[in-house]
This record gives sequence, structure tokens and C-alpha cells, in this order.
Amino acid sequence: MIFKKKFIKESTSENAFKAICFVAILLPILLIIVLIGDALIDGWSRLNLDFLLGLPSRKAEIAGLLPALMGSFYLMLLTAAIAIPLGLGAAIYLEEYASESFLTSLIEINISNLAGVPSIIYGLLGLEIFVRMSHMGRSLLAGACTLALLLLPMVIMVSRESLRVVPKSLREACFALGADRFQTIWKVVLPMSFPGALTGIILSMARAIGETAPLITIGALTYVAFLPDSIHSAFTAMPIQIFNWISRPQKDFHINAAAGIIVLLLVMLILNALAIWLRARLQRKVYW
Amino acid sequence: MNQELFLSSQVDLKAARSLKERLIKALFFFCAAVSILTTLGIVGILIFETWNFFGKVSFKQFFGDTQWTPLFAQKHFGVWALISGTALTSFVSIVTALPLGLLAAIYLSEFASKRIRSFIKPSLEVLAGIPTVIYGYFALTFVTPCLQKIIPGLAGFNALGAGIVMGIMILPIIASLSEDAIYAVPPSLKEGAYALGGNRLATIFRVVLPSSFSGIGAAAILGISRAVGETMIVVIAAGQQPNFTLDPRVAVETMTAYIVQVSLGDTPTGTLEYQTIFAVGMTLFIFTLALNLGAHHLRRNVLKGSL
Repeated sequence: MIFKKKFIKESTSENAFKAICFVAILLPILLIIVLIGDALIDGWSRLNLDFLLGLPSRKAEIAGLLPALMGSFYLMLLTAAIAIPLGLGAAIYLEEYASESFLTSLIEINISNLAGVPSIIYGLLGLEIFVRMSHMGRSLLAGACTLALLLLPMVIMVSRESLRVVPKSLREACFALGADRFQTIWKVVLPMSFPGALTGIILSMARAIGETAPLITIGALTYVAFLPDSIHSAFTAMPIQIFNWISRPQKDFHINAAAGIIVLLLVMLILNALAIWLRARLQRKVYW
Repeated sequence: MNQELFLSSQVDLKAARSLKERLIKALFFFCAAVSILTTLGIVGILIFETWNFFGKVSFKQFFGDTQWTPLFAQKHFGVWALISGTALTSFVSIVTALPLGLLAAIYLSEFASKRIRSFIKPSLEVLAGIPTVIYGYFALTFVTPCLQKIIPGLAGFNALGAGIVMGIMILPIIASLSEDAIYAVPPSLKEGAYALGGNRLATIFRVVLPSSFSGIGAAAILGISRAVGETMIVVIAAGQQPNFTLDPRVAVETMTAYIVQVSLGDTPTGTLEYQTIFAVGMTLFIFTLALNLGAHHLRRNVLKGSL
């Protein structure tokens, strides 16, 4: 590194190229700032308690976000309840049990392929399997099942990474003390990999909360004037409500959309901060 | 203690334990198998509904027409109208994202100091995490009005604005995958170039970029695959008119946008309209699968070290 600085002279053309590269990287970052600033300017005037706690309306000034806010909250709880056990279970199978076989590599290739399937295709899957065949209707449960399948590849990947961090010697020590495989996993491996898995899972939930296309495809409603009262109830979610407001021709509703965007970004920010805080807090207890 | 009794009780314990072990293993295996079932489910329902669709509409009507009007009285099923819309928006997005992403990757891997890197990489991750419905709002209410001032005759809904914003959305993927590819170039090659008297620019353009070509190609293909499958931006900002055109100034409809358009209405099961979204979904799935497999093939070359 040091000799490079001494012997290779920085020419003008090189500096010019370096500047172009720097502009190229600055441009997208500036764009996010513009994007967030644009939403803040448009939506700030509408952002108050009445907006957060109001029901949707045909008049933009009194339309509120509450059903969408609660819908997203319940949806995330249900999705987490389905995706976390399945994802962790799959990760434990692949890391702790699976031998190197054709089936294992098939599952691995399959998971990485699933991560590349467009989210709207998951919507079609949910529409056919959950809404029509399982007779769940256009309910919270059908939405959560669809989102859980969409999230599964990501949850499996982050969980596997967190399991891999636990050193092999600890597992061997546990076996040597007479524990069986499940006891080792339950008492040693899982508690130690928990912080990493939790952080990754919260980050993937932050992604899921903004998912719109699959929910529209399974038929989540865009105009809901009530709060969901059970898992079989019809629902709307924040991104869908925002989409509904954007797609109306009246400019007044675009202000609502901008205010909704601010709330959605804020929720994502809180989830991300929570993940980072948890990682910092839980990783202080290092066992090895 | 009686030796024999002790041994036999040991054996029983072991048997019980192995049964429990096997049950637990089966449970975990089931969790892993859900991913296989998901794939089978996707492929299964797409084939099933597409089969029903082609029972009513011939291949010739689907692939031999450029008009797409299945929701009107005068029905046409020319999927090329949707494919051209998808290709057009994806093309605009990759033209936006590839040069910027590649320059960003070169900056990050060759020029950036540690401190700048530690600031820029998380910023790009933030960009990748923004929900696409927000990008759609940005395209419709900010980018398109700005473009309309420069390009007269630009429609309110158009492929250009949607494509550019989609380019910003896929930029982080392209930048980070290209950076990985550039990073994988062995230092000895670069040192060789320096030793031959090449300056930094010559090393980048004559050695580093050609050697990481397949990795950068994989990054571009994965970016296109994302753009093809992207939904909300094009639904909001590109309009929902299936025009068979290559003019980015007018409204188009992509495959994903058509699926959303039908889903927003209440279409009963088993009708032809319901089956069209699966036929379109199948087409979309085949496109993205082909792109992903192509990228995977290129990336495997990188991992093998054959460059």
C-alpha cells in the first residue's frame, strides 16, 4: 500500500476518473435524500394524531391510516409466528442434521432459487393455495402465510449463518458430557446463535412490512373502514393503503400517500434500529 | 448393582432416545422440505392454470398477436404487448443502473478509503431496503414531472420515469455484486500490471475489468431479473395500457402490472380472466428463471477461479 503511493504518480486523467466514480456513487445517495425530503415536504402537513388514528374516508383531509397500521401490525405478528419456527427449523436441519447427500444439495439449490422468484409470483401461489384451495378467503391468515413463504429463504439464510458462528468444539464438549443431539441444539447451539438469528430475522421483517404486490394479488382490500378482529378477517396494510392513495387522481390524496410513506419509513427505521440495538446488547455476552 | 440389569436398562434408554431423536429430526426435515413444497406449489399451480388457459385460447392467439385486451368485449391475447412493456422498462432501468453501479463498484474496491466505505456501503443497503411502493410514488410525483420539463410530449404515465427509478432500485444489487467480482481478481494480476509500468487507470481497464467480466455480467443479469419481476413502480408510474411499442415516452403495461390490474378487481375463480394472470405469471416466471440460471452459471465460473 505504501509503495503504491510512492511509485505510481497520480495523473490528471486518473483523478478525473476517480471523480466520475465518486459522483456515480454520490448520485444514488443524494437521490434517497431527495426522495425522503420530497415525501417529508409533501406529507408533513397531514401528519398528526387524527391521521394516525383515523379511518379511511372519501375525503382526503379526514382520511386516516389506523386500519392499515393495525393490519400491518397483525400481519407482521402472524408472519413472524409462521416464518420463524419454519425458517429456524430448516436452518437447524441443514446445519446440524443433514449429511452431504443429493437431497441436501437439492434443498440448498432450491432455497437460493426461491430467493430469486419475483414476489408477485408468491402472490399467485397464495391466491391459489391459501385463498381458494384452503378456503382462507382474503384474510389476514392467508396474507401472513403468503408473506411467510416469501420470507422463508431469507430467514433460513440468516439463521444458518448464525448457527455457523457457534464453534464446533462447544458441540463436541456437549456430546462428551452425554447430551444427545437435540439437547445440544436446544441448550447450547440455539442460545448462542440467538442474537445473530434475531437480528437477521428482524431485518427481514423490516423488508416484509413494505411488501405490496403479493398482498394485492391475494386480494387484500384497498378500502377498509374497520379494524381486523380475527385472523379470518379481511384486512389492509400500510403499503396497500399508500398505493390506494397514490392511484387516486385527486392531488389531495397524494398528500395522504406522502404522510403514509413517512409513517412506513419510520416503522422500518425503528425495526432496523431495534435489530442493531439487540445485536449490540446481546453480543456483549460472548461465551467463547 | 446387578450388572445385567444395568446394561439392559441402558439399552432401553438408548432405544427410547433414538426414537425421540428420529422424530425430532423428521420435524426439522419437514421445515426444510417446506421450501421444496413451495417450489412444487409454484410450478404446479402455474402449469395447472396455464394448461386450463390454453384449453380456451390457442398458442397462436397468445404468441401471434400484439394486442392484449382480455378484459374487453373484443378479446385479444397477444402477450407480446406485455412482454414489450416489460422489456422496455427493464431496458431503461439497466441502462441507468449498470454504468452507475459499475463505477460505484470500481470506486468502492479501488479508490475508497476505509472511512468512506463504511459510510457508503450501509447507505446503499438502505437504498436496497426501501419498499418499492415508495419508489413508485417518487417516480410518479417527482421524476416524471422533472422529466416532462426536459422532454416535451412525455405522458404522465410513461416507461421512462418508471424505468429510471427502477434503475435506482436495482443499483445497489449491481454495485455490490460487481464489487465482489472485482474483489475476486487476484492481487498478483494487478501487481503484474503495475510491474509492467501500467498506471492505475490502465490496470483497471485492461486487467481488472476484463478479468471480472463474467462476475459483472452476472450482476447485470441479476439486476435485469429484478427489474423484470418488479411490480409496484411500474404499476404506479408506467400506466396500465398494453401498448406494443418501443417508445419510452408513452404508457406501457408490464406483465406484473397486468397481474395487479386484474387482482384489484374481483375476478371469480375459473373464469378466463382469472386464468390469464396465471398464464402471464408463467411467462414471467420462465423469464426470471432463465435470467437467474444464466447469472448463476456465470457466477459459478467466478467462484471456480477460471475468471
